Amino acid sequence: MADPPHRPTAPAQSSLPAADPAAGAGWVDAPPRMGFFTDTSVCIGCKACEVACKEWNGVPTSGLDLLGMSYDNTGALTANSWRHVAFVEQPRPAGHGTAPVAGNPTGGPAGPASVARSADTVTPTGTEPEVLPGEPPAAARTTEFLGMPAAGPPGRTGSAEGRSDFRWLMMSDVCKHCTRAGCLDVCPTGALFRTEFGTVVVQEDICNGCGYCVSACPYGVIDRRVDDGRVWKCTLCYDRIGAGLTPACAQACPTESIQYGPLDELRERAAVRVATLRERGETQARLYGHDPDDGVGGDGAFFLLLDEPEVYGLPPDPQVTTRDLPAMWRRAGLAALAMTAAAVGAFLGGRR
Amino acid sequence: MPPAEFTSYYGRPILKPPVWTWEIAAYLFTGGLAAGSSLLAAGGQLTGRAEVRRAGRLAALAAVTASAGLLVKDLGRPDRFHHMLRVAKPTSPMSVGTWILTGYGPAAGLAAVAEVAPLLPTRGPLGLARRALPSVGRVAGLAAAVTAPALGTYTAVLLADTAVPSWHEAYADLPFVFAGSALASGAGVGLLAVPPAQAGPARRLAVAGAGLELFGAHRVENRLGLLGEPYRTGRPGRLLRAGRALTVAGVAGAVLGRRSRLVSAVSGAALLAASVATRFGVFHAGVASARDPKYTVLPQRARLDRRAAEPDR
Repeated sequence: MADPPHRPTAPAQSSLPAADPAAGAGWVDAPPRMGFFTDTSVCIGCKACEVACKEWNGVPTSGLDLLGMSYDNTGALTANSWRHVAFVEQPRPAGHGTAPVAGNPTGGPAGPASVARSADTVTPTGTEPEVLPGEPPAAARTTEFLGMPAAGPPGRTGSAEGRSDFRWLMMSDVCKHCTRAGCLDVCPTGALFRTEFGTVVVQEDICNGCGYCVSACPYGVIDRRVDDGRVWKCTLCYDRIGAGLTPACAQACPTESIQYGPLDELRERAAVRVATLRERGETQARLYGHDPDDGVGGDGAFFLLLDEPEVYGLPPDPQVTTRDLPAMWRRAGLAALAMTAAAVGAFLGGRR
Repeated sequence: MPPAEFTSYYGRPILKPPVWTWEIAAYLFTGGLAAGSSLLAAGGQLTGRAEVRRAGRLAALAAVTASAGLLVKDLGRPDRFHHMLRVAKPTSPMSVGTWILTGYGPAAGLAAVAEVAPLLPTRGPLGLARRALPSVGRVAGLAAAVTAPALGTYTAVLLADTAVPSWHEAYADLPFVFAGSALASGAGVGLLAVPPAQAGPARRLAVAGAGLELFGAHRVENRLGLLGEPYRTGRPGRLLRAGRALTVAGVAGAVLGRRSRLVSAVSGAALLAASVATRFGVFHAGVASARDPKYTVLPQRARLDRRAAEPDR
């Protein structure tokens, strides 16, 4: 390993340089920015990421909770769920055949080092996901409740005639580790900080549970644990990556849907993957959170989606709230002046 | 108005609703009350109205003490409240507010303590305090009044600097609502505690505060499109309408009943109640906007559409 990076000397602030948040937070000789690329087109909804995350990080159980909406009984990212596998059930018109294609599920020219890092293998494994051609009709774009999950998947009736067609979209959600992180900006104690890897981590011995970050997160990720009083979220396995290991969720992912590596490399790989999918007719494939010019300066954990972001419970155009903070202070200053003027006027404005 | 149709993940909220509870809404009131009272007290101090000064200083101390208690109580780890003092972060309105309160609180406290000077014995060490306190109180009272406008308006930035849609988008107008509400509640203290003959400044303060507040609230409710809806409907809508009615009644009573001690006092109480209702209304409107995914998705969709329509961006 190279020399350890120096500790920051200046207070960590995320809102300055967009390109290299670690350097912006005062790190000198920081390692490359690390992140996740979650390719939802190969997610099989096994939830190994949820389990591995809980085991490695000692995250408490969320209790047995049947939400009655799909195979998703986690519901959302919370203080006790740092990975959340969303299950979207969409009715689709009948007539699509399945066309499994052999090949590397992650596609594209991934560097051997990063492939080995993300999955401990350099051998292409797995099959291509089912890719449905054509523009889905508007009606099919709506998330629909298809009844309580039974033992078999919805739509399976035992005969080809009675079978309704639908698709499942599965997506393992996680903290986005924003380039411009609202949670980090508003934290009044310095408990949230920018690591040398460009990720955003809560120091549990500092957090006093003020809850400001919870309201500042445009993705609804960070959350206060009820019986503990402090906030918790994904650390991108700060302890593991500091020791050169892969985060627990990426390590456990059996389909390489969750890929870990240097962010630059992941972005290149994702661009190739989304081009490949579109070429094959999946016109709805798009990247989410990859753009350094978006409202949060790009995400350290970004996604390949097969539908609009809100279908998966993601905001379509998130913006870091502190972007408008200078304007907010100006308006507050104006109001404070008005307040002073009113008080002066009230005492000078009359005889009684 | 954007289309009412939108997609969501089983109707679940995208944002986490604020974990803040009633303590924060109550603090919005007590913080504003402290700010308004300190301005009233300083005015009384500088224009020789001793009763106005005394009422303002005592109310400010009571309000800022309650504020500190409410803020600490709302923490997930109240025993770690002092971690707020580890850093000073301009990007965090809560950190800025911590330091405003750290400056304002002791000043307001000293100014109020100085009011006990006439009760102290004339001899001995306490006699010394009796002679020194009025000067200390004058300086502290002015220091509190200088920081009071910051205390009365930063809370609007505190709410607006979040991803909560109806708070964030109201950032231009919320400071005026809060400044007006703070002035009106300070005026309420004056009307309650001071005989009508000395309450002229408090009456004028009530008129000015109510004007600012109603102006700001009107803009918040009507200029935000879909995001103004939480301010007009449900519980927050009822609270804000009650606040407006109480404000109007309080100002009318203060102006028309200026010869009656009773009418003045009732008007003052109405203004205080109005401030409570307004603060809770604004608070709950934000919470409602974070709970319903339509307030997250539709405005962001509209923003994307606007951007797509502009060729340059």
